[in-house]
Amino acid sequence: MNMMSEATLEKAVDQKMNAVPHKMIGKDVSVYYGEKRALFDVNLNIRENTVTALIGPSGCGKSTFLRTLNRMNDTIDHCKVTGKITLDGGDIYDPSIDVVELRARVGMVFQKPNPFPKSIYENVTYGPKIHGLARTKAELDAIVEQSLQKAGLWNEVKDRLHESGTGLSGGQQQRLCIARAVAVSPEVILMDEPCSALDPIATAKVEELIHELRANYTIVIVTHSMQQAARVSQRTAMFHLGNLVEENDTDKMFTNPDDQRTQDYIMGRFG
Amino acid sequence: MTDMTSSLAGASQRPASTRRDIGIKRRYAAERRFRAYGIGAISIGIFFLGLLLWTVVSKGYTAFLQTEIVLPITFSEQIIDPKNERATNPAKLMTANYPLLVRDALVQKLGLDPANRAEVKLATDMVSASARTQLRDVVVANPAIIGQTVSVALLAEGNIDSANKGQIDVTVAEANRKVKDKQLGWMQTLAQDGAMTKSFNTGLFTSGASSRPEAAGIGVAALGSLYMMLIVLALALPIGVSASIYLEEFAPKNKLTDLIEVNINNLAAVPSIVYGLLGLSIFINFAGMPRSAALVGGLVLTLMTLPTIIIATRAALKAVPPSIRAAALGLGASKMQTIFHHVLPLAMPGILTGTIIGLAHALGETAPLLLIGMVAFVVDFPGSPLEPSTALPVQIYMWANEAERAFVERTSGAIIVLLIFLVVMNLGAILLRRRFERRW
Repeated sequence: MNMMSEATLEKAVDQKMNAVPHKMIGKDVSVYYGEKRALFDVNLNIRENTVTALIGPSGCGKSTFLRTLNRMNDTIDHCKVTGKITLDGGDIYDPSIDVVELRARVGMVFQKPNPFPKSIYENVTYGPKIHGLARTKAELDAIVEQSLQKAGLWNEVKDRLHESGTGLSGGQQQRLCIARAVAVSPEVILMDEPCSALDPIATAKVEELIHELRANYTIVIVTHSMQQAARVSQRTAMFHLGNLVEENDTDKMFTNPDDQRTQDYIMGRFG
Repeated sequence: MTDMTSSLAGASQRPASTRRDIGIKRRYAAERRFRAYGIGAISIGIFFLGLLLWTVVSKGYTAFLQTEIVLPITFSEQIIDPKNERATNPAKLMTANYPLLVRDALVQKLGLDPANRAEVKLATDMVSASARTQLRDVVVANPAIIGQTVSVALLAEGNIDSANKGQIDVTVAEANRKVKDKQLGWMQTLAQDGAMTKSFNTGLFTSGASSRPEAAGIGVAALGSLYMMLIVLALALPIGVSASIYLEEFAPKNKLTDLIEVNINNLAAVPSIVYGLLGLSIFINFAGMPRSAALVGGLVLTLMTLPTIIIATRAALKAVPPSIRAAALGLGASKMQTIFHHVLPLAMPGILTGTIIGLAHALGETAPLLLIGMVAFVVDFPGSPLEPSTALPVQIYMWANEAERAFVERTSGAIIVLLIFLVVMNLGAILLRRRFERRW
C-alpha cells in the first residue's frame, strides 16, 4: 500500500465518518466488582473500520469497558455486567452466545506483550488451530505469513519462525501479539494500552500498524497518551469516575470539546 | 523547582560535622553479622552431612564385597544319589546331603583327619550353610554334573567374611572370639592358595531375607519398594494433579474450598504412622486386602504423598503468569484449552519436582509400613503386588536389629543403596526440569 492510496482511503473514510455503521453498540452498560460499581450506564457505539480511543484518568473505567466488549470480565470472580452490548445487532451477553466464538470475532491485545513461550510460528497458529480455521500445513503457513505481514513483522522474523516468541524485543513481541490476534480473522480488535510497555520507536511502529489495520478491522484502543489518541483514532471517548463524559470525533475532541471536564483533562489539569 | 533549590542550598550550608547519625556503621555491622550467621549455619549443615555420609560409607562399603571360598567339589554319586533313583524320583536331588560334599572337599583341601570331628566341624563352619542350596541348584540345573569334580565358589560364613575384611579383632582371647585360631590359620592357607577371594557381592542385590548375613540381600525389598513406587506414581500423580487443577482453576472460592485447602495443608503434616493405622483399618480390616502386600503399602504411601503433590502442583499453577491465561482466553480458547495447552505445560517442571520429592519421601518411609505388616521375613520375590513383600527402609530397619558384624555392614550398605536411589531420583527431577524448561 503506497502513501497515495492510503491518504485517499483515509479521506474517504473521514468523509463517510458519520455514515459509518455501528459495529458494536453499548447501551446502559454498568459493571460491578462485588459491591463496587465501576461503570455507570455507559452508552457508547463503536463504528465499523474506525479506531475508537478510550481515554481518561486511571481508574476511570475505560479498561473495564473495553473488557466488557469481549467478555474478558467473565474471568473475574464477582464481576457483574448489566445493560446491553451488541455485535452486529446480536446481544453478546445472551446466554445462547458462546464466549469462545465471541472472542474469535473480538480479539484482544494486552498492555504487556504476552506471547506464549513457544515458537513464533506456534504463537500465530494457536488461534487458527483451536478454531479449526486451517486444515493443512500449507494453509497454516499461509495464515502465518499473512498475519505476520499484516503486523509488519514478517520481514524481521521470516527466517526464524521456529525460534521462541519470547526471544523477540518488546516491540516485536507486541506486534507478534497483534499478529496472533489477527490470525483468527477477528472483526474487532481491542487494545488495552498496547504501547505502554514499549519504547518510542516501537510505539511508532505499532501506531503505524494500527493505522493500516483500520482498513480491515474495527479497533478500540485504551490509551493514557493523549497524543497517541490524537494520532491513531478517529473517534475518542472520554471516561471519568466510571461515567462516559463525552464521545466525539477525535479532531473535535482535541480542539473544541463539548465538555469542560474533557477540556481540563486534555489540558492536563487533572488525571 | 524553587523548593528544590532552596533545600539543596540548605544542605550545602550545613557543616559536615553535624551530619545526622543514621547508623550506617551499625547497619553494615548487622549485615556482616547476618552473613556470618548464614555461613555458620551452612558450615554446620555441611559438617553433619559429611559426618553422616562418612559414617555410612565407611561402615557400609565393604558390604559390596563378599568373601568366597573356591573348592573343588566332587559331585559324588554315592553321596547325592546312592541308589540311583533320580530318574524315577526327582525329589531325591532336592534332599540329597550336599553339606557332605563340602565337608569332603574341605577335608581334602586342608589335609584334615576325617576322624577328628571337632576339627572337621570347625572347618565346615567356615562355609556358609547356604552352600546346601547353592550346590543343590547347580545339580538340579545340570544333573549330568554328577560324578564330576568342579570348582565351585561357595559363600564364606559371615564371621569368616568379616575376619577376611579385617573387621574382627584377633587380639581378643580366642574363647571370646567368633573366629578361632585354627580357622584363621586355614584362612591364610586358603588365601595363599588363591582359594579364598573377595568378589563383588551380587547376592546383596539379588537375594531376599536370610538369617545368615552372607546370604541376605535387598533384592526382594527393592522389588517391593519398586511395586509401591509404581502404585504411588500411578495413583498419586493423576489424582493429585487433577485435584490441584480443579481447586486452583475451576472451584469457586468459598468457605468449603477454603476448608479443603486448610485440611490439605494439615494432612501434609500428619505423622506418617497415622497413615499406617488408617491403612490397617481401611485397606486390611475393612476392605480385606492381604497383609504385608505391596498394594496396601502403595495405597498408604499414596495417601501420604497426595498432600505434598497437591501443594506443589497448586504452587506451580499459581506461578504461571496470568498474562498467559489472558492471552489464551483472549484468542477464544476455552478454559480447559487454556489450562491444558498453556498453563499445565508451564507448571510441569514444578509439578514434576513436587512429585519426585513426594516419591522420594515415600521411598524412605518406614513407619506406616510397620503397621500394615510389611516388617516381614520375605525370602522369595513377590510375583505381584498382592504377594507378601517388604521394602528397602524396612529391610534396613530389620537388619539394624541384628547383632552380627556382617549385618551391621549390610545395614550401611543398604543405606548407601537407598541414598543412591534418592540421588538418582532427584537427578531425574533436575534433568526433567531442564528438558521441559528448554522446550518452552
